[in-house]
Amino acid sequence: MYEKPLPIVDPDSAPYWAGTREHKLLLPRCRDCGQHHFYPRALCPHCHSDNLEWVQASGHGSIYSYIICNRPAGPVFKADCPYVVAIIALDEGPRMMTNIVGTDPATVRVGQKVAVCFEDVTPEITLPKFKLC
Amino acid sequence: MANRKAVIVGVADAPLKDGMIPGGASPLAVQARCAKSALADAGLDMKDVDGLLTAGMWGVPGPGMLPTVTLCEYLSIRPRYSDATNIGGSAFELHVGHAAMAIERGLCDVALITYGSTQKSEKSRNLAGRPAVLTMQYETPWGMPTPVGGYALAARRHMHEFGTTPEQLASIAVSTRKWAQLNPDATMRGPLTVEEVLSSPAIADPLHLLDCCLVTDGGGAIVMTTEERARDLRKKPVQILGFGEAQTHWTIAAMPDLARLTAAEEAGKRAFAMAGVKHQDIDVVEFYDSFTITVLLTLEALGFCEPGAGGAFLASGRTAPGGDFPMNTNGGGLSYAHPGMYGIFLLIEAVRQLRGECGERQVKDAKIALCHGTGGTLSSGATCILARD
Repeated sequence: MYEKPLPIVDPDSAPYWAGTREHKLLLPRCRDCGQHHFYPRALCPHCHSDNLEWVQASGHGSIYSYIICNRPAGPVFKADCPYVVAIIALDEGPRMMTNIVGTDPATVRVGQKVAVCFEDVTPEITLPKFKLC
Repeated sequence: MANRKAVIVGVADAPLKDGMIPGGASPLAVQARCAKSALADAGLDMKDVDGLLTAGMWGVPGPGMLPTVTLCEYLSIRPRYSDATNIGGSAFELHVGHAAMAIERGLCDVALITYGSTQKSEKSRNLAGRPAVLTMQYETPWGMPTPVGGYALAARRHMHEFGTTPEQLASIAVSTRKWAQLNPDATMRGPLTVEEVLSSPAIADPLHLLDCCLVTDGGGAIVMTTEERARDLRKKPVQILGFGEAQTHWTIAAMPDLARLTAAEEAGKRAFAMAGVKHQDIDVVEFYDSFTITVLLTLEALGFCEPGAGGAFLASGRTAPGGDFPMNTNGGGLSYAHPGMYGIFLLIEAVRQLRGECGERQVKDAKIALCHGTGGTLSSGATCILARD
């Protein structure tokens, strides 16, 4: 039984979470200005166009910043301590929050290259996480 | 309309014992008592109040949190101007600006700004984040402790770009504690060293427990009116030279630049432009200090030093008592009190400094003060530049 908070999927985000369930990282891209963005929304945050499409991202990026959580965000995360919460700068441009997994938190550094991996936490929800390349 | 120029005429905060309201109180009662005290400080009465501004974390759960409506009923007043804008802990610097505009436009004559919180008594504070709805679905599932995690992410990025050190951040807590030692109303008054900050638990590494503000109850109120009305009141009014506000993001990954506090840059520029004063004219600053990194980012963003120079500036001790840059003179959110949304206390302390009421911690001949509030997760900023008559 997965007890941590799950994303509450809404019409804006449904395609995104459907993508992660198939182990694909999808990003919205604006057909007018050509830029990607994250998170998904009704208007492009760069040019406010509503002419948007979903594209599959490379899944690669670098660590923009990170913290080591020695105190959990509530009791359900306690067993994971110490764990790494990071912001990734995706190669396509946007930033996203995630966890860095599969490595000793003490070895994590800003600027390290990372690649997406997927954690199927429930039958409906798959969370994208990242590991060092 | 020159005679309608808005001024601050009354302030009050709630006395605390061990960070709590003695005997307990509801958040509404805390605000009512502070309002009465601030009106008494001004020499006005509750029946004079015709403008009500508030923001808080209290409220009747369910659809429609209507804080001014709830509070006007509790206070038994009928405001003809109200503003419950909530941009986080900086809301009160914004409220001063909004109240000034309302007074100057004739929408109200006596504006009351309030805040009250009993979060420590209620043990209602937690780090578990918000339900993962709307934009929080891209943040909460990864276990970021809030709000400390967002600030720690900014601290790490600042360290990466500029070489800022944990020791430099710790020195902010140490200098602030020295001010608290001069303030009999401060919650934490014992001595504090950089080593003690660094050896406290690294709860969200690179931030330590003692890089974080206190968790206390608290309340405050501010009364504003016209310069003309102020002539007959008890205390010399405090002038509002300039104000500005800005907001940039809610989820921390969407902050424009985690090593630069864009909201403070923008709000500060607007306030300085309106005030027509320069940085060297400011005698005392009150910066929101939810975390040590908040202070460093604010100092740089407001232009008191170059980006990246804040660590050395703050570690020099200039901001401590006796230094040439008096900052957070009541002991700040780090050592005085922090009841969830701290911004009103920046204003209360600045007014007291400008009136010369601060006793042992008084900044000699303080004429102009700057308050800057930060709200959310480095999300919003609001600046007020105040002056004595």
